[in-house]
Amino acid sequence: MSHDALNTPDLTLRQKLWHIHWLFVLLLCAAAGIGFAMLYSAANGNMEPWASRQFTRFCVGLVVMVSIALIDIRIWMRYAYVFYAVTLALLVIVEVAGTVGMGAQRWLNLGYFNLQPSELMKIALVLALARYFHGGSIEDVGRPTYLLTPLLMIGIPAILVLRQPDLGTTLLLVMASGAIFFTAGVRMWKFALVTVGAVIAAPIAWQFLREYQKQRVLTFLNPENDPLGSGYHIIQSKIALGSGGLFGKGFMQGTQGHLRFLPEMQTDFIFTMLAEEFGMIGGVGLLGLYGLILIYGFAMSLRCRNQFGRLVGAGITTTFFLYVFINIAMVMGLIPVVGVPLPLISYGGTAMMTLMIGFGLLLSVWVHRDVMIGRRGGDEV
Amino acid sequence: MHRDSERHKLFSRRAMMLAGGKATLLSALIGRMYYLQVIESDRYKTLADENRINLRLLAPRRGRIVDRFGVPIADNQQNYRVLLISENTRDIEYTLDILGRIISISPAERRRTVRDVKRNRSFIPVTIRENLDWEDVSRIEVNAPDLPGILIDVGQSRSYAYGADTAHVIGYVAAVSAKELTGDPLLELPGFRIGKAGVEKIHDTDLRGASGSSQVEVNAFGRVIRELSRSEGQPGAEIALTLDLGLQQMITRRLEGESASVVVLDVQTGDVLATVSTPGYDPNAFNRGLKTEEWKDLISNPMAPLINKSIAGRYSPGSTFKMAVLLAALEKGVIAPANKIFCRGYTELGDSRFHCWKKHGHGAVDAKEAITQSCDVYFYEIAKRTGIDRIATMANRLGLGVKSGIDLPGEKAGVIPTIAWKRRELDAPWHQGETLHAGIGQGYVQITPLQLAVMTAQLANGGVQITPRLTKLVGGYKTADASKSGDEKKSLGISSAHIRLVQEAMSEVVNNPVYGTAKRSRITEPGMEMAGKTGTVQVRRITKSERDVGVIKNQDLPWKERDHALFVGYAPVADPRYAVAVVVEHGGGGSSVAAPIAHDILLEAQLRNSADDGIAPSPNLKPLSGLDKIPEQADG
Repeated sequence: MSHDALNTPDLTLRQKLWHIHWLFVLLLCAAAGIGFAMLYSAANGNMEPWASRQFTRFCVGLVVMVSIALIDIRIWMRYAYVFYAVTLALLVIVEVAGTVGMGAQRWLNLGYFNLQPSELMKIALVLALARYFHGGSIEDVGRPTYLLTPLLMIGIPAILVLRQPDLGTTLLLVMASGAIFFTAGVRMWKFALVTVGAVIAAPIAWQFLREYQKQRVLTFLNPENDPLGSGYHIIQSKIALGSGGLFGKGFMQGTQGHLRFLPEMQTDFIFTMLAEEFGMIGGVGLLGLYGLILIYGFAMSLRCRNQFGRLVGAGITTTFFLYVFINIAMVMGLIPVVGVPLPLISYGGTAMMTLMIGFGLLLSVWVHRDVMIGRRGGDEV
Repeated sequence: MHRDSERHKLFSRRAMMLAGGKATLLSALIGRMYYLQVIESDRYKTLADENRINLRLLAPRRGRIVDRFGVPIADNQQNYRVLLISENTRDIEYTLDILGRIISISPAERRRTVRDVKRNRSFIPVTIRENLDWEDVSRIEVNAPDLPGILIDVGQSRSYAYGADTAHVIGYVAAVSAKELTGDPLLELPGFRIGKAGVEKIHDTDLRGASGSSQVEVNAFGRVIRELSRSEGQPGAEIALTLDLGLQQMITRRLEGESASVVVLDVQTGDVLATVSTPGYDPNAFNRGLKTEEWKDLISNPMAPLINKSIAGRYSPGSTFKMAVLLAALEKGVIAPANKIFCRGYTELGDSRFHCWKKHGHGAVDAKEAITQSCDVYFYEIAKRTGIDRIATMANRLGLGVKSGIDLPGEKAGVIPTIAWKRRELDAPWHQGETLHAGIGQGYVQITPLQLAVMTAQLANGGVQITPRLTKLVGGYKTADASKSGDEKKSLGISSAHIRLVQEAMSEVVNNPVYGTAKRSRITEPGMEMAGKTGTVQVRRITKSERDVGVIKNQDLPWKERDHALFVGYAPVADPRYAVAVVVEHGGGGSSVAAPIAHDILLEAQLRNSADDGIAPSPNLKPLSGLDKIPEQADG
């Protein structure tokens, strides 16, 4: 191949803007728009206190996303380990000096805002793993010893986050990493081995779970057991969903949500509220929108000509998918209650920022799809 | 480059698998959605409605209780309450301070209010004070702008305008106790009252009515968002009694200060025109809730104000029992009306001597004279000849010692002894001396004033059986009992000649100016004359030594040891309409105390025309007992 083909041209800012996948951005805006509408409904037809603030956050998020998309993918690759190291350090600081809230130690009070390093870790880990596997050949990936370093890269933050304790984020970190391992080409039998190992280890891990986590799992298995206690959320959520029926009760007409039987309807249970007011049609519609976002996310990754970008794309897309799946499966009583918000729709700044940074990286992968990066980070092959 | 394209291919393959996995999981979500929102949807719709829709019961208005002329005895009054909704106040203490300047609030009320506010959610109204008078209400209304969170609420509360005069008949309502809960949610309404005694109790279900309901939408905290539908309940039925309130009050005044009982019956219908038991109590206090000291006073009073003596007081009838004994003897033929028995002041049985009330004897007396002069020796003798069991049979037939079946709760049967009764109750053989005691209405014989009135009424009406009844109309209709009593008159099966003899003798008791024991109480108004029989019952034993030196006079004895004074009577003699029984506990002599009372009552009843209805009978007589069968419009 010619040197020209190998040496990717540096794009001008204008070209980069032109390269941004604006249809994808439009899909994100559509999802966020649904979110504003639901938050408006959750506040009984008021922009305050949720919808307007969420709108501001999304706008800031859009700017952050586009800015990140314009930054050269190689810069992200160069600083991937540094970003990871800093985030890991922050996690350790949280462990030592974090703010306790809702029974868990997750936040760092930085005066101006509260930083949640475990959220940053979702991005940092994807970047770090992508960089690591970018540097390995297919043969390298086939060697078990080669996998020890990335396993440690996952293990250390996962344990720190689990100790906060935040089971949802831990699962998200591990599973998103798993997707990177998978797409990087780690052999299938190794996944099978880990799965078998997990099944064997589950009873042992049970011993290490916090009481409230055990309770959540038990409640999941039989929510009717404790209808006024911990099972209340799930029972009320299922009632809301079921009573919505096929076509729903109509915008702002949801009784379960508006009469406050549904807890946390502006955050974790917002999907329930949507499905109560718009029925199964609305729920499937939102899933369809999420499906499109996922398809474009994969398409952007597949089109990328560097392994780092592809893996980042797969990692970000999978993280987004996990948010969607865990949240919706939880509110429908398919999995235990884990505090994972519905991406782009649930009220909350932290998850919004994580997602927008992630989508920024995904767009950067797309914008710089033709950039070729050598195994050691240079332009060499 | 070659290597990277290999990696790219591997990545593409793996990414497609990953995407496929994700698509599968998303499909599972859609499947779950289908299950919840389509297949199980109806079940969840019901659950969602159960969540949000609350049924609130609306208490029905309790039916009134009126006397036979329609005068309300038990009625509902508007009860103004001042409530506080804490979420509408800026500061509870501050609001109570301001309210305290407008109406008086006791420290206890204030403490209770603050406590209730803390216990309830902020939108639940808490009662500060009940039973406000009109002046307080208007003062609060005028100051309403300064009192956010304070509101006036109107409720219904039962009131008994005649208080103690009708307490034992009407009874009272009070808060439902835990063991009275039947599962009927109406009973669980806060502030709901049910009948606890008297007519209020026996007709409680009729008076209560049917509850209405209001469907309201509530949120998860129970706050009412809006009313969805409302169905008004059916107010309780009005109960019309056979009672003549005016007569009832007159008797109550007449018995003031005594521990006494009076029953007045219509001898034809069995209508209870008056039934008084003194002392009474204030039924309104029970509705309001008794204070501990009030309760202690009531139960420690030796005159037992809580007991309705007319139906639950058991007394030896004394000489008022003699008509039953005479009729038993005459019916069994052990003596003929004209047969005379000689009274020398006492009779002897074995070693015992049985005294007549007249120390030196009545001489030879026949049946009529024996009643007129109340000769004890005559009755000792005929009782001995008749035997206790046959006396008991006749007494029971006349309504003594058996429950009359009056529509009031708590009626007692009393005792007419028989040989078997003594064997059963006391496990002892019968002695003939006891028959002699029973012959003059002493010993084991225990009967209620109501039973005495029933006996007297049946003697007066010529031996027709009656059942005393207190309820005339329920919701405007005659009760099943009331509508048949007129037609199917059942004779007691006593020879009319014997009844007539007893009637004549009873007339002589009052109207014989020489020998009548109650001659001083005769009614002089022409056509209103009364007949009757006195009774004086010892409550202590008179020893032989006391009899020798002279029996201590009643007024010299402590109240508890004085004789009971009794009188039964009816009027007018020519065409009997009213029967009365008077029992004055420890009142003294039947002729000196009880007979004058009976005189006043029978005269008053005739002058008032108590037994007159004043209400035309309902055109369509339907035997009704339950409220559910009562048509919407009760006419008549």
